[in-house]
Amino acid sequence: MSFSEIYLLWSESAAISAVIWSVMIVALAYLAREPMHKMFDAVFSLARGAFEQASESLRHAETKLAQRNTEVLIAAGCEASEHEIEREFERINQIVEKDLAEYPTLHRKISDVVTRIDEDYKESSEVPPEVPGWSKAVDAVAKISTTKSDPMVGQILESIHDSMNKNHEKTLETYRTASRERHMLLKKMLPAWREMDGDLKQVDQHLNALMERSRVVDRQMENYEKIIKETDTAKKTLSSSSLTQFFVAGFVLAIAIGGAMINFNLIARPMQEMVGGSSMMMGYKVANIAALVIILVEVAMGLFLMESLRITRLFPVIASMKDSMRINMIWITFGILLTLASVEAGLAYMREVLAQDDAALRASLLSNAMGAAGLSDRWITTAAQMGMGFILPFALVFVAIPLESFIHASRTVLGIAATAALRALAFVFTMLANTAGYAGRMFTSSYDLIIFIPLWVESMFKQHKQEKKSFSPLQTQTLKEV
Amino acid sequence: MKHMIRIIVASALIAGCTSEEAPNHTKGVYMLLDTSGTYTEELIKAQNIINYTLAKLNPGDTFAVARVDTASFSEKDLIAKATFDDRPSAANRQKRQFKEKVDTFVKEVKPSAYTDITGGILQGVEFLNEADVGKKTILIFSDLKEELKKGYIRDIALQMPGYNVVALNVTKLRSDNVDPREYMDRLQMWEQRVEAGEGHWRVVNDMERLEAVIID
Repeated sequence: MSFSEIYLLWSESAAISAVIWSVMIVALAYLAREPMHKMFDAVFSLARGAFEQASESLRHAETKLAQRNTEVLIAAGCEASEHEIEREFERINQIVEKDLAEYPTLHRKISDVVTRIDEDYKESSEVPPEVPGWSKAVDAVAKISTTKSDPMVGQILESIHDSMNKNHEKTLETYRTASRERHMLLKKMLPAWREMDGDLKQVDQHLNALMERSRVVDRQMENYEKIIKETDTAKKTLSSSSLTQFFVAGFVLAIAIGGAMINFNLIARPMQEMVGGSSMMMGYKVANIAALVIILVEVAMGLFLMESLRITRLFPVIASMKDSMRINMIWITFGILLTLASVEAGLAYMREVLAQDDAALRASLLSNAMGAAGLSDRWITTAAQMGMGFILPFALVFVAIPLESFIHASRTVLGIAATAALRALAFVFTMLANTAGYAGRMFTSSYDLIIFIPLWVESMFKQHKQEKKSFSPLQTQTLKEV
Repeated sequence: MKHMIRIIVASALIAGCTSEEAPNHTKGVYMLLDTSGTYTEELIKAQNIINYTLAKLNPGDTFAVARVDTASFSEKDLIAKATFDDRPSAANRQKRQFKEKVDTFVKEVKPSAYTDITGGILQGVEFLNEADVGKKTILIFSDLKEELKKGYIRDIALQMPGYNVVALNVTKLRSDNVDPREYMDRLQMWEQRVEAGEGHWRVVNDMERLEAVIID
């Protein structure tokens, strides 16, 4: 039975059939109104509930993740801060060990200098010249009355005068000699004073350095306390620092990858001489894979070297090794790196030799090809390639530092990104829940719109019935009152 | 736990063993040189093509040059052959030796009375199948005019699935100039024979397009 046959079941006229069908459908829809409303309500309530629950779960997960992110951020911040404080204490320890350990010696030195200065000072004190004992006798003789006629007295006085003059000159000379000696002693004291001044300045410098370091420790302790207390400032600072670290480390890693690619090109071609040029493994030339493996081994050795030097902290096992073992590891990794760098320099040389051989062969095979021109200047490129081949492995060692920062920062960045994604998803589910709620109402109203005629009739009927009911008691009451 | 690790390792090994064989990326080129009649004058061009091919081939590739004479289905007609060493320096040495052999041949070549191209192609197919290369190419440096000695049977269906057959420097004969249909019929006949054997036919008269043939 086709659709048109069903459609024209009641009448041959399409219009009459349409009217009959419409009336039937509306009548059936009116009869099924309540169950249909219940169904709409059930379906859309279910959808809304499911979306709301999903949204709630996502919000809960987001909160937990944000909390975990904060914990990780704080833990990382604490660790970094502890590391810095540890380093500061190491520096203070170095200052104390190196400079203040010399303090007893310095103290002894200063005491010696002070003693020497004291002794010199005492020696340099001025001693007044003694008055000659016979001056009183001279006074007595001088008081003897003299006459011009007594030549004896005159001679005696003359003699005394001469003796006095000689004695005066001698005393003066002695005094001058003593003064000179005193001045010499004072002059000798001058370098001692300077020495003491220098020593004291040195002590002052050491103490100032110590004070400066202690101020830095105070500042870092303050930051550490803020982190421990999980203040908003500390969280913001740590988060911003992680993002900066992520981008800076990513940039440096990109540069390192560029260096590794240059290194790869330097050794891939000559590797064909060692492992063959046509062997393939998983669709890649074995020579290329070997070159890549060498570079990766260099990077791995670089990581171990940096770990052993305690510059990075990616492998706790290495950091917790005994010092002797760690030092052995430093030498072993450095030895392997040196060997690999030498191998790379050799390969770079081989690359140049092969390039020359290729150029010569092409020149002999193809008359229009460029010959091996400028062979005399080839040593420059050869030397440059060998130099690069030797230096790049050591340069790749330092990849460990940005790699560590990148790994640590990526945890925070990925956490932030995951939180944002969860928040966005929760928002989407909330939107869906609201949409489901409104869609339920919309469907119910649309259903009622289709059967608005019977509904209108029903409402009219109900109104009429209500009016009838409300009119009867009022009339009775009025009659009673009357 | 140990059992689990063993199972995983064993599964990985089995998967590795049962997986498809790795694709062969090596190239094999077999070149036929027509030495009949006046065509020997064209051999200088052939020498350039050989040199060009030598320059383009890589370590691990195979290259052979054979002459087309009265009876070409024979190893004796091979002028030079080499599977280049994996090491680039050794491959370069082989290429130099190859070139020397070809140069000597071109200097000393004597024209042959007949042209057994089919025999040469059959020999080439056999050689490249034995060499087990990934991409197989047969270069035919000839005017494609086959002249067989009486008694020689060459009405044989060619079996060359996956082969690229490239006709190089197909010169026009005097009779072709009189009736160009002869030239076209000749080319068509060879194309049909090659494609019937599941090979891919191509004609390259402009040597500048040779690069695409060798590298493709």
